[in-house]
Amino acid sequence: MPQITVNGKKHKVAAAPDTPLLYVLRNELDLHGPKFGCGLGQCGACTVHLDGDQVRSCSVPVSAAAGKAVTTLEGLGGEYAKARSVAVLESHLHPLQQSFIDEQAAQCGYCTNGMIMAAAALLAKTPQPTDGDIREALADNLCRCGSHLRILRAIKSAAKHMA
Amino acid sequence: MTASGFPNSRVIGHDVARVEDEALIRGVGRFVDDIVLPGMLHVAFVRSPHAHAAILGIDPSGALGMPGVHAVLTLADLAPHLTDTRLVVAMPSPSYRQQLHRPVLADREVVHVGEPIAAVLADSRYLAEDAAALVDVDYDVLPVVADCVAALEPGSPTAHRDASSNLVAEMTVEYGDVAAAFAAAPHRFRERLWIHRGGSHSMECRGLVAVHDVLEDRLTVWSSTQMPHAAHRLLCDIMGLGERQIRVVTPDVGGGFGPKLIFYPEDVVVAVAARLLGRPVKWIEDRREHFVATTQERDQYWDVELATDDAGRVLGVRGLLVHDHGAWTARGVNVPQGAVAAMPLAYVVPAYSMAIKAAATNKVPVTPVRGAGQPQGVFAMERLLDSAARALGLDRAEIRRRNLVPAERMPYATPMRTRGGIPVVLDSGDYPRCQQMALDRADWAGFTARQQAARAEGRYIGIGLANYVEGTGRGPYEHVSVRIEPSGRIFVATGAAAMGQSTQTMLAQIVAEQLGADMSNIRVVTGDTAAAPLGIGGSNSRQAVLAGNSAHAAAIRVRERVLEAASQMLEVAAADLEIEGQRVRLKGAEEVGLTLSQVARAAAGQAGFSLPGQAGPGLAASEELVIDAMSYANGSAVVEVEVDIGTGAITIRNLVFAHDCGRALHPRIVDGQLMGGIAHGIGNALYEFMAYDENAQPVTTTLAEYLLVTATEMPPVTILHMESPTPLNPLGIKGVGEAGVIPIGAAVASAVEHALSSFGVRVNRLPLSPVDLLGLLNAATA
Repeated sequence: MPQITVNGKKHKVAAAPDTPLLYVLRNELDLHGPKFGCGLGQCGACTVHLDGDQVRSCSVPVSAAAGKAVTTLEGLGGEYAKARSVAVLESHLHPLQQSFIDEQAAQCGYCTNGMIMAAAALLAKTPQPTDGDIREALADNLCRCGSHLRILRAIKSAAKHMA
Repeated sequence: MTASGFPNSRVIGHDVARVEDEALIRGVGRFVDDIVLPGMLHVAFVRSPHAHAAILGIDPSGALGMPGVHAVLTLADLAPHLTDTRLVVAMPSPSYRQQLHRPVLADREVVHVGEPIAAVLADSRYLAEDAAALVDVDYDVLPVVADCVAALEPGSPTAHRDASSNLVAEMTVEYGDVAAAFAAAPHRFRERLWIHRGGSHSMECRGLVAVHDVLEDRLTVWSSTQMPHAAHRLLCDIMGLGERQIRVVTPDVGGGFGPKLIFYPEDVVVAVAARLLGRPVKWIEDRREHFVATTQERDQYWDVELATDDAGRVLGVRGLLVHDHGAWTARGVNVPQGAVAAMPLAYVVPAYSMAIKAAATNKVPVTPVRGAGQPQGVFAMERLLDSAARALGLDRAEIRRRNLVPAERMPYATPMRTRGGIPVVLDSGDYPRCQQMALDRADWAGFTARQQAARAEGRYIGIGLANYVEGTGRGPYEHVSVRIEPSGRIFVATGAAAMGQSTQTMLAQIVAEQLGADMSNIRVVTGDTAAAPLGIGGSNSRQAVLAGNSAHAAAIRVRERVLEAASQMLEVAAADLEIEGQRVRLKGAEEVGLTLSQVARAAAGQAGFSLPGQAGPGLAASEELVIDAMSYANGSAVVEVEVDIGTGAITIRNLVFAHDCGRALHPRIVDGQLMGGIAHGIGNALYEFMAYDENAQPVTTTLAEYLLVTATEMPPVTILHMESPTPLNPLGIKGVGEAGVIPIGAAVASAVEHALSSFGVRVNRLPLSPVDLLGLLNAATA
C-alpha cells in the first residue's frame, strides 16, 4: 500500500501502485484542483508538483510519488508562505493565484490549475522569466477559452510581486 | 476601457471582479466530475470500432461475469423504460429529404466510429472499461461513405444501409434576380473552396451524474451541458416522466463551444440507468470519446461565383455548398444554413442564390462549434472579394469599402429571413468605419514598404483582412427571476447556462446596478431547472442579450417594489429614496433608512397586518423579455503573416480586431470572449484538422495529433471597440461569444495569399498546415 505526502500531509493510499496519481488525488484524497483533460499528459490540466517539479499527474503512477512531496493547487499558497517563513497568508493564495484573479486570466477555469502549477514551477527556478521563457513553459498547456495572453500577463505580474 | 456606453452606471460597463474566479482559482469549483455520491456506479460505453456495420448480436456475458460489474445495458434493456428509442432533436426545416434520428443505443446498425452500443456499469471506471472490452459485439462490416461530395454521386454506397441516398437535406437561400444579374455583369469570379473545421475541445469533456431520490421520486441529473432546460424536456419526454420528477443541474462547465448544446445518447443512458439500478451513476467522457462521440464541424465544399460591375460593386453571388452532415441529425441543418446566411451579410448584395446540399457520411454528426458555419460563409465571400480585387486592380480594402453596408442605410433590411422566418434587418453600426479603424491600427497603408523591406531580406510577409456581420441574441426570450430574500440577500435565477463566459458575473452586474451596487450581496444560479421554470440556454451568442435584458427588466421592477414599500414604511416619497449597498435610504439624509432585509421582511407580511405599499407581497419579479429580432454585431480583422517558403510554416506577426457589439456590459469580459474566438480561429486556420482515413476511421484522436493553439503560437492581438447600441433591447447590447472566430480564417487566407502573390499562390482551402502550404506553392510554381 503506497504512502504519499500531499500538501504536507501523509496519506495511505488504497489504489494499486500503478494507478495514475491524478485518480488518487481526486478520488481518494478529494483534491479536485488537478483536472482530467486528456489522460495522456497532453493538455496539462492535471499538473501537480513532485518535489517542486511539474508533472502530469494523469501519467505518473502513484508509486512514483512515494517518498516525494506532492503539491497540488490546494496546497500551493500554503507551501509558498511556508517556504518564505511567513505566516500562512490569510487568503492562502499563492501570488500567482492572486494575479490570475487580478488579470482575469481564467474563463471556464478548467485549464487554470495546470497553468498556475506550470507557472509556479517556472518561477521557482526562474524568478524573472522573459516572455519567451513563459511561453516555452506553457507550450504544452492547452486552453480552449483562449486566455493565453492574459495568462502570460498574470505570470509576469506575479513574478514582479514575488521579487 | 471606460464605461462610455453606460455613462451614469456604477456597475454595468465596468470591469468588476468576476464572481466565478475565487472558487476556480482555488481549485474548489464544482465541475461534474467533482460530484461524488455514496454508492456511485461508473459507466463505460461499448462503442463501434467500425464506421459502418450491421450488428448481428451483442453478448454481454463476459462482462457480466466480472466481479464489480453491475449491469450491461443495451437498447433492448432500455427500451421498456423509454417512450421512444430515438432522439428526436432535429430543429424544424422544410429542407429535410430524410429523417436521421439517432438511436439511444445502436442495436442493428452502427454508422460511425464511436457510436455507443452498450453501457457497462461497475464499481469503478477501471472495472467498467475492462468489462466493456469483454462485451462481444458481432459485426458485419458494410460499405462506408467517407466524403460528403462522393456521398452525393450516383452509385455511392449509403451511410445508412436502408437509405435510398445520402442526401439529408437540400434548400436554396435566394433573393433577387441572380440569373439576370450574372447575365448582365461585366465581371464574374469563381472559387472552388474546401473549408474544414474540427471539434470543440473544451478542456472539460462531457459528463453526467444522475441520482434517483426514491423518497421524492425525483431524478437529479448534473450535466455538463449548455442547455439544461432542453435536456430536462427531452429527458421527461423520452422517459415519460413529469417535469417535477426530473431536475437537470449544470454545475461549473469547463467550456462549451457548441457541442455541449446537443442532447446525446449518453444523457439518456445515464439518467435511465440511475433509475433502473437505484444507484447514483456517473459517466465522464474521456478525450478519445470526445473525438469520436462528441459532435463536431467538419467539411464544406463551396463552388461560388461573384458578379461585379467595373468598379467592383457586387451585383450578385451564387453557388452551391455541399456540407458534411455526419451520420445523424443531432441538431439540424443550421450549420450550412448559418454559413450561407453569414456569407453576404456585411455587404450590399443585390441578388443572391446559394444552394445547400447536406450529405450523410459515416462520421460523427455535425452540429455547431463556436461560429456555427459563419466562419465558412465569411471565408467564401472574402475569397471572392480578394479574387475580384486582384482582377480589377483594386486594393482589397477598397473593394470591401465600396460594398460594405454603409452607416447611412441603417437599419438595413436585407431580403433574407432567419431560420425561424424572422426578417434579417441589420439594426445598427458603421461597418466601413470599423474596417478603417482596423486598417489604420494595422498600418495597412504602410504595409507595402514593410513588405518591400522584408523581401529585400528574403522574407515573405503579407497582410489580409476580412469583415463579418453576426446575427446575435437569438430569441425569443430567456427567463430571469430576481428576489430579495428576508435576509436581504438577492437571489437571481435564470434559464441561461454558464460555461465559462462569465454569465453569473454579467447577471450580477445588471442586477446590482439597480439594487444597491453590492455584487457580493447577489447570488446567481444558472442552469438549474428547479430554480428557473423556463429556459433556453447557451448558444447563438444570446445570453447577455436575452438573459441580460430580462435581468435588467426584473431588477428594475424589484427596485420599484423596494422603493414603494420603503416609502410607505419611512413615510417619505419613493422618489427621494435610493438603494445603496444593502440599505434603502433617504437621499441627502443617509441616516434615515432601512435595510433591504427590513423591507423584505415587511413585504413578506405577517398574518393580520397590512403589507407596506400597494404592490402586493414579496420583493420579487421574473421576466422573460421577448426579443425576436436578432441584433447584428460586426467586425473587421486585419492579419499580418510571414510565410517560410522553405518549411511552409506560417507565423502571424500581428492581428488587429475592430468590432462593434453595441454597449459592453463588462469590457474585459468582452475582450476575453473575443480573444477566445480569435485563438479558436487561428487554430482553425493553421492547426486544427479532424482527420479520417478513406474508411472513415478517425486518425486524429489525441491532442498530440489534433493541435490546439498554445501560448507559443498566440500573436500580438489588438482589439478595438466601436459601440453602436442596438435599438432592439433596453441595454443596447449585442452578443459577442462567437464573434472572434468568424473572420480569422478568411483574414489569414487573404494574408497568406498576399505574402505569396509573387508566386501566384491562390488559397482556396483551410486549414493551412505547412505541408498544405508547400503543396499550394508547388502547384502554383509547377
